[in-house]
Amino acid sequence: MAKETRSWRDMPQGGIVVTPGNSVENQTGSWRTYVPVTNFEKCIHCVRCWIMCPDSSILIKDGKKTGTDLEHCKGCGICADICPVECIEMKFEASMGPDERKG
Amino acid sequence: MAHRTALTGNDAAAYALKQVNPDVAAVYPITPQTELMHKFASYVADGDVDTELVLVESEHSAMSATLSASLAGARSITATSSCGLALMWELLYVASGARAPIVMPEVNRALSAPINIHCDHSDTMGARDSGWMQIYAENAQESYDNILQAFRIAEHPDVKLPIMPCLDGFILSHTIEALEVLDDEKVKAFVGEYKPENSLLNVDKPVTFGAFALQDTYFEYKRQQVEAMRNAVKVIQDVGKEYGEISGRSYDLFETYMMDDAEVVIVGIGSTMGTVKFVVNQLRKEGIKAGVLKIRVFRPAPWDKVADALSGAKVVGVMDRSLSFGLEGGPLFNELRSFCRGKKFAMCDFIYGLGGRDIGVTHISDIIRGLHKAAKSGTEPEMLTFVNLRE
Repeated sequence: MAKETRSWRDMPQGGIVVTPGNSVENQTGSWRTYVPVTNFEKCIHCVRCWIMCPDSSILIKDGKKTGTDLEHCKGCGICADICPVECIEMKFEASMGPDERKG
Repeated sequence: MAHRTALTGNDAAAYALKQVNPDVAAVYPITPQTELMHKFASYVADGDVDTELVLVESEHSAMSATLSASLAGARSITATSSCGLALMWELLYVASGARAPIVMPEVNRALSAPINIHCDHSDTMGARDSGWMQIYAENAQESYDNILQAFRIAEHPDVKLPIMPCLDGFILSHTIEALEVLDDEKVKAFVGEYKPENSLLNVDKPVTFGAFALQDTYFEYKRQQVEAMRNAVKVIQDVGKEYGEISGRSYDLFETYMMDDAEVVIVGIGSTMGTVKFVVNQLRKEGIKAGVLKIRVFRPAPWDKVADALSGAKVVGVMDRSLSFGLEGGPLFNELRSFCRGKKFAMCDFIYGLGGRDIGVTHISDIIRGLHKAAKSGTEPEMLTFVNLRE
């Protein structure tokens, strides 16, 4: 997220956000401890994870799950918990190599 | 045509609110405010106003609902007293921080314990740091006048802060007095329409209210509130002048009475100042040069201007109708004293009227005579006196 540089004089009053939808700029992926890794061989594309994800981080194309937005996923694990075929595994991110972090 | 009528302070306040015809009122009863909203609720029931009256389960909810309605873009009101104000505490800061121009008549009453329903200023004095403006009335007329002006002040683009027009519980709220009320049309033209710059219901310009503000932004928002309070000083004076043009009654931050040559000055707030004026009139006949400086606006604090207005005095007696436990003297005394450094007059504080304890002509007469004696002999008056307390 861009660093706030405005003077108090130039900021909107009352702490309101005048640019709706800007939370996409606030990358919260660094909050994560565990990363959800989806096994697409087992995934049945029921998209329950997409329905339940509190951060809109499940990526969908043409009605099918394609991955996880790791710039915003906070690693809460709800997707893994809700998955009916247990195809999402929460892995300890610090011990993963960069290539493994695919969501 | 404006006309004279006789109303209690509560009814005068309710009548002012009726004439303003706000969009939303979320209310919960508490003595001595209850009758104010009873009266207003009857206006709603009779179809005299278009207000959506929301009956809630507590004052915390009353302020939450009023705040939400205000942010949605509605001109919103509530009213309370004492413990009700205390229960609103969390939301008072949310309302001022969110810059919601809520108008909330506050009928001053003591705080528990022990439980007491009568007048003192402990309730609103406790809220003096909450970011709300506070304007106090001396009588039913001022209760009415202050409420009409409150909308203009709170909603002014340079201010956008919530406001409490305060009136003394029972002494004003339940006492019938003669006052002049304005025509509906005149009030309507004076108060105008409420057009918020941003609101939740404005789908053409969507904004988010109540977002998180962390270390990098919170401080700036608080600085904006400081500026809004500073701006409010001029706005209150301008609105008070403009109100004078339509009503014949102008208002300023404070009122001076018999101050031109006054050696002894009483500074205080609210209904008791009417009694003080009466006593000053009597003592003037005996040659005691006494005057009154009545504080109308407590927030934003006018202390620099008050200190200047007191410059000619020899002794200043402040009257506080509340305590600040652990601090010697009440809030008014201590705040004003910090702006009077270097002034030549002596200052002392009189704590009076807690829990509705009587404050009469003889008590005030004794105070002024004592201060007059000190002024004549050049002795320092006792710094702190509890008036009409059994020692």
